[in-house]
Amino acid sequence: MTATTTAAGAVSPRRRRRRRTLGTGVLGWAFTAPYVLFLAAIFAYPVGFSVYMALHDYFFAAPNAIVDRPFVGLDNFSTVLSDGAVRQAFGNVAIFLAINVPLTVALALGLATALNAAIRWRTFLRGAYYVPYVTASVALVGVWLFLFKSEGLVNSILGPLAPDPSWLVNQTLAMPMIAVFVAWKQLGFFILLYLAALQNVPRELYDAAAVDGATRWRSFLVVTVPGVRQATTLVAILAIITGANLFTEPYLLTGGGGPNGASTTPVLLMYKRGIEQGEPDVAAAIGVILVALVLLLAWISKRLLERD
Amino acid sequence: MSARARALRMGVLLAGAAVFLFPFYYMVVGSLQAKPDTGVAGAIPDPSNFTVANYEQINASLALGRALLNSGVFTGGVILCTVVFGLLAGYALAVLQFRGRGAVFASVLLVLVIPFQLLTVPLYVMIVRDYGLADSYLGMILPFAINSTAVFVFRQFFLQLPAELFDAARIDGASELTILRRIAIPLSKPAILTAVLLTFIGPWNEFLWPFLVTKETDMQPLAVALANYIDTVSARAANPFGAILAGACVLAAPAVVLFLVFQKRFVSSNIGSAVKG
Repeated sequence: MTATTTAAGAVSPRRRRRRRTLGTGVLGWAFTAPYVLFLAAIFAYPVGFSVYMALHDYFFAAPNAIVDRPFVGLDNFSTVLSDGAVRQAFGNVAIFLAINVPLTVALALGLATALNAAIRWRTFLRGAYYVPYVTASVALVGVWLFLFKSEGLVNSILGPLAPDPSWLVNQTLAMPMIAVFVAWKQLGFFILLYLAALQNVPRELYDAAAVDGATRWRSFLVVTVPGVRQATTLVAILAIITGANLFTEPYLLTGGGGPNGASTTPVLLMYKRGIEQGEPDVAAAIGVILVALVLLLAWISKRLLERD
Repeated sequence: MSARARALRMGVLLAGAAVFLFPFYYMVVGSLQAKPDTGVAGAIPDPSNFTVANYEQINASLALGRALLNSGVFTGGVILCTVVFGLLAGYALAVLQFRGRGAVFASVLLVLVIPFQLLTVPLYVMIVRDYGLADSYLGMILPFAINSTAVFVFRQFFLQLPAELFDAARIDGASELTILRRIAIPLSKPAILTAVLLTFIGPWNEFLWPFLVTKETDMQPLAVALANYIDTVSARAANPFGAILAGACVLAAPAVVLFLVFQKRFVSSNIGSAVKG
């Protein structure tokens, strides 16, 4: 950047540079202002507002009505934490992560490794795995409901092996089904991520492993897996975010977080408590706990990544 | 690698692809069945059992045209704001020097990490209750207006353009605005296409937010209308699954077609935004 100032003519280099930085400074602010305002209004302010709501006895009132919403300290948080349904919802996210993350990592890395070789129909195969990612959850849920209902195609194929009660209305299987659905829907994205990461694994490492007499499986374990660790951490972080966000799938696929709350998620509870039952303060407290947990988990993942 | 191992790998990949594509095939077949057949035979198309009645049924229940229009306005508004303001922000972050640039860029990255759904309750109170934007396009668009991933894509795009390009224009006395208008924007067509594609699937597929904002059925985007149909109305239809699958086909088609046409661009955009971050 500074190199251009040596082309100064009548104006001294220093003044020219100063004028330029001032000019681009103002323009820089002007160009980013809409985006910065957007972030302030749609992200920063709601985060603060959320904390405010969680600390007050906040309820819906007519606009412009003057109402008293007293400060209640951590009352909303103790309400939330002593609520069995909330604890169950967080537990369900843990089940989701325990199934979704290993499944996604194993399938995406395996398929990406296979696709990384120069093979026929590569574009078609990559596209096939990617289509669910671009498709609306609502549309895909429609097909899954049809496939996995009691007398659906999957159970007709399984015959006597079909679970009873069926997949989506089975207390033990409902949350795992959501984890599998999301893994299927997102897998194409993660395959691409791993395909990109695989380009950065040095070829010499494979050659060295081959010289040492490593089998194909062994070189996968000692070269490929450590080579794409950064991508694996990213998969984990993105899965944590997805898990924290789950709403459409439990709302539609398992009929509102059923059966008996076995697939309820925190966001679904936020909707039920905050908007259906008119307790936005309680819902905000759930949200604050969720944000804190997500940031904590993301931070831990980042630390683990940066350690080496 | 032996020929057998190679054949095995191909077999696994093809079988996997079949598993991934089967639900889409079944969506289309199921949407055409006059009488739903959930048995194994139902997975094989039977022309004598084909009908468009399910499409007529879902059209009668949801007013498909209106729902598609709502989805289109919602998605189009988000894309417009993202391309205009996102391009400017990305350009400034990549090319212009200004105080606070680092902080703005750090907040782009932070936004990519914060799950939007967590802000649902405060945004609902603000937009629906305080500003009275329920059942309006503006209320739907606002929280999505500028896609941060697109800002990131624009920044990466302008960063990889050679700096000499801009420096040469400055030496020739071009103002920063002229440089943006004459050099940066004409060059950024591929980045704009990428941004449009990756922004499209967000609002088009979004369910929770438009679901909260729209209570009137004639303002609901297709994803919301179809979800409400699945949740409540379908029980009254003669062939509920046929109608649901017909609606699912209509909802899925635009995104899938865009993907098939621009497959290469979808692929590269996601790699660019995911890995360089």
